[in-house]
Amino acid sequence: MFEMDDIQKRILREVADLHKVPSGAYNFRVNSQLAGRNNSANIEITSKEDGSGIDIRIKSGTVNESVHIPVVLSVSGLTEVVYNDFYVGENCDVVIVAGCGIDNCGVQNSQHDGIHRFFVGKNSKVKYVEKHYGSGTGTGKRILNPTTEVNLDEGSVMEMEMVQIKGVDSTNRKTLATLKADAKLFVRERLMTHGVQQALSGYHVSLDGENSKADVVSRSVAKENSYQKLDLCIIGNAACHGHTECDSIIMDGGKILAVPSLEANHVDAMLVHEAAIGKIAGEQLIKLMTLGLTEKEAEEKIISGFLK
Amino acid sequence: MLELKNIFFTVNDAGTDVEILRDVNLKIDAQKFIVITGPNGSGKSTLAKIIAGIEKPSSGKIIFNGEDITDKSITERARLGIGFAFQQPVRFKGLEVFDLLRLASGKNLTITDACEYLSEVGLCAKDYINREVNASLSGGELKRIEIAMILARKSKLTIFDEPEAGIDIWSFQNLIRIFEKMRREIRNSSIIIISHQERLISIADEIVVLVNGRIQHQGSGKEILPKLIGTKSISSVCDKLK
Ligand SMILES: Nc1ncnc2c1ncn2[C@@H]1O[C@H](COP(=O)(O)OP(=O)(O)OP(=O)(O)O)[C@@H](O)[C@H]1O
Ligand SMILES: [Mg+2]
Repeated sequence: MFEMDDIQKRILREVADLHKVPSGAYNFRVNSQLAGRNNSANIEITSKEDGSGIDIRIKSGTVNESVHIPVVLSVSGLTEVVYNDFYVGENCDVVIVAGCGIDNCGVQNSQHDGIHRFFVGKNSKVKYVEKHYGSGTGTGKRILNPTTEVNLDEGSVMEMEMVQIKGVDSTNRKTLATLKADAKLFVRERLMTHGVQQALSGYHVSLDGENSKADVVSRSVAKENSYQKLDLCIIGNAACHGHTECDSIIMDGGKILAVPSLEANHVDAMLVHEAAIGKIAGEQLIKLMTLGLTEKEAEEKIISGFLK
Repeated sequence: MLELKNIFFTVNDAGTDVEILRDVNLKIDAQKFIVITGPNGSGKSTLAKIIAGIEKPSSGKIIFNGEDITDKSITERARLGIGFAFQQPVRFKGLEVFDLLRLASGKNLTITDACEYLSEVGLCAKDYINREVNASLSGGELKRIEIAMILARKSKLTIFDEPEAGIDIWSFQNLIRIFEKMRREIRNSSIIIISHQERLISIADEIVVLVNGRIQHQGSGKEILPKLIGTKSISSVCDKLK
């Protein structure tokens, strides 16, 4: 496999918790090049003919297998758009770990726009973990614009964990989902912005099938002069359950705009939204200070717990 | 151990000054078990907050082990050995019981030790150790976790603000055992308990009765208790029936 330098290895640890080459299927993309790929008996990864991305095909009945598809950008000034399509057969139970890290020490912007599409077959279960991370001291911006499209067939379940805690200057995340009968979608999003970062995160979930269910929970922290816009929309087109929750801590000169929306087009659609924005509760800080923490330490504990 | 000298605390409520504590003088020696009692709104919790540094007195001095701590922060006082169990414990989204116990202990507390503290407050450790200290916990559970944190903290001077509130009868016995154990195990430590409970009052070395922001009586249980019976300061089981 392709040799990686220390920065690249560090990014890989941040975004995929990978300390070594994973077992199972993987596809590493480093600075717009294929840096390593492995297929398993049940999971096949192929490059798209036009070179715009990869297709991941998971055979029906694949259980307890994982796919890792991390992306690393460590050269300043790279801009790329990548299309990755996941075709998950029926009755699977798999874990997909994606993640993108940008290290930009230069003056030019580095940008990765990943478009992920999931086609999840009947009664399959997918756990999707995506971490975004930026580092580097350059003035060039680190930009990540992921679009995730999820198509859940009858009885399938998708659990998504999306985390962006550090170092991404600008992000525009879009997550679109459609659910057929008995399908379930669980989303846990964690966002933190600092400096003058901007993060937009939008969800558009269509509950089309009877007894479909979506639970979208976003927790975020906006520090310093950063800006966040959280746009959570659930549409109920059948007898279904939808719940969204967006819970934010605002600090310093941060700004947060939360735009919840629910649309019910069926009399048995049950949709609930909760949203709260506020600074760290004073009594939480005080409690931890009575345990001997400084105000700063208390703040860090509260935030790291909140974003866990 | 602790000395309060001429403590006044005034707040400004919609343009008018309200005196909440008026010239409170109190001396607490080492190895004492003190109960502060008094009617609702008499200033007991405010006094506790002033000792812990959460509120600053409008005037007066606080001396702790010979050192003037009047201008010291909450953190500094905690590090000097003042512990405080809140009347209304705080909930935290995301922090687990174990996280809080570990922070309270100020060291790398082991799971075994943490479980020990939970058992002492009557909580089944394995059910609670990884519970988030959020809105899903009941009031009584939260109160017990607050006490477990104090046990892990091992302060020289610990203030409990109405520890019995929300705790059932069975654990009330347990609570008394906990206080006695703390006194035995932390050398030269003292405990201040804010309480309305006759049972607690009767086992105290000393009772302080706060009424309307002033210390009205101070003395041993034997002296004070007869003065309290039948007043609003104290609640025994049959209060409601009388
Ligand atoms: N910051 C404040 N602003 C206005 N009033 C206050 C403030 N803090 C306390 N008070 C008032 O001071 C009085 C004493 O409050 P405190 O909480 O100390 O009473 P307490 O003796 O602990 O009562 P309880 O037995 O109900 O717990 C109350 O009347 C309360 O409303
Ligand atoms: Mg009180």
